[in-house]
Amino acid sequence: MMEHVDGNAIAGPLAEFFTFDATMASGRCVGCGTVAELARAMVYRSGAGTVVRCSTCDTVLATLVESGDRAWIGLRGVTAIEVRRTPSEG
Amino acid sequence: MSDAPTAQAVAPSAAPLAVPRSGWHVATVAATHRETPNATRIELDVPGWPGNAAGQHLDVRLTAPDGYQATRSYSIASSGSSTRVVLAVDKLPDGEVSPYLVDDVRAGDMLEVHGPLGAFFVWAPAADTGDHRPVQLIAGGSGVVPLYAMAHAHADASDPTPFRLLYSVRTPDDVYFDDEFATLVDAAAPLQLDVVYTRRAPEGWATAPGRIMREALEAAVFPASERPRVFVCGSTGFVERVADWLVELGHDPRSIRTERYGGA
Repeated sequence: MMEHVDGNAIAGPLAEFFTFDATMASGRCVGCGTVAELARAMVYRSGAGTVVRCSTCDTVLATLVESGDRAWIGLRGVTAIEVRRTPSEG
Repeated sequence: MSDAPTAQAVAPSAAPLAVPRSGWHVATVAATHRETPNATRIELDVPGWPGNAAGQHLDVRLTAPDGYQATRSYSIASSGSSTRVVLAVDKLPDGEVSPYLVDDVRAGDMLEVHGPLGAFFVWAPAADTGDHRPVQLIAGGSGVVPLYAMAHAHADASDPTPFRLLYSVRTPDDVYFDDEFATLVDAAAPLQLDVVYTRRAPEGWATAPGRIMREALEAAVFPASERPRVFVCGSTGFVERVADWLVELGHDPRSIRTERYGGA
């Protein structure tokens, strides 16, 4: 079985889509309703692309494909995204 | 081969080093230093780098002469506003990028980096966050890199927050930032360092080498009753084992932040 990492690992590719730090954004899983930061999700990367799964129920939250000068993201398992509007400079 | 249409519409990309997209920087290697037999410390000068928080990472992109690109994430060992950015890279035997960074990179070489990345796995001084809970750092192998950045930032800020680092490492030769940790332990900011050797311990070490177990973990971390913030970084297996034990020991899952780097 392919070993997974976590949402921290795809902060870079996601910066092409979102103007905020996506690892701190929370998403709601369509499968179990869990709301969790992307950084807590399970990420499976391969040459074909990246699959993001809910760490609670394994539902596919998102898929990411990068190829040459294009990048594509699908968010089929995320029903809502929550971001903090106060700047978090860390 | 299938008879599916080929992607003829995609033009070959022009000189990737020329105009990095926003967030991408051209970095010059300022110095390299053998960190352990299997790892190299790389200091980068990154013009335009906006500074970074302790615990953040960046992506390194290498481009082959034929245009093939490989991108990998590395934790940053430094923090603050400096445009000098420090990495410490462990060589993965089958890696595409790390063998080059560990064995071949020399001062004067140029790399593309994207960052700083990640706001989840970061620590900032209590004076900035108002969070005075003790901080427990737990590292497996090269997972110590972002935690070293946090311990260093903690000392730089003379932050009074109690810090403990539990560091699981194969042998004494594999310890990252050995001299620096010795200095940090003696700094005014409180840091307690506990090392667990998994393969070979120093001469006369009280504990036989071996993988960390739940009892040893419990003995070496702030108890759940002190409500510590916990940062765990290492291989996926290490991180998940440790995180599960912490929850069993009563730690609040919301107070545990993890970073998994895959690997064996």
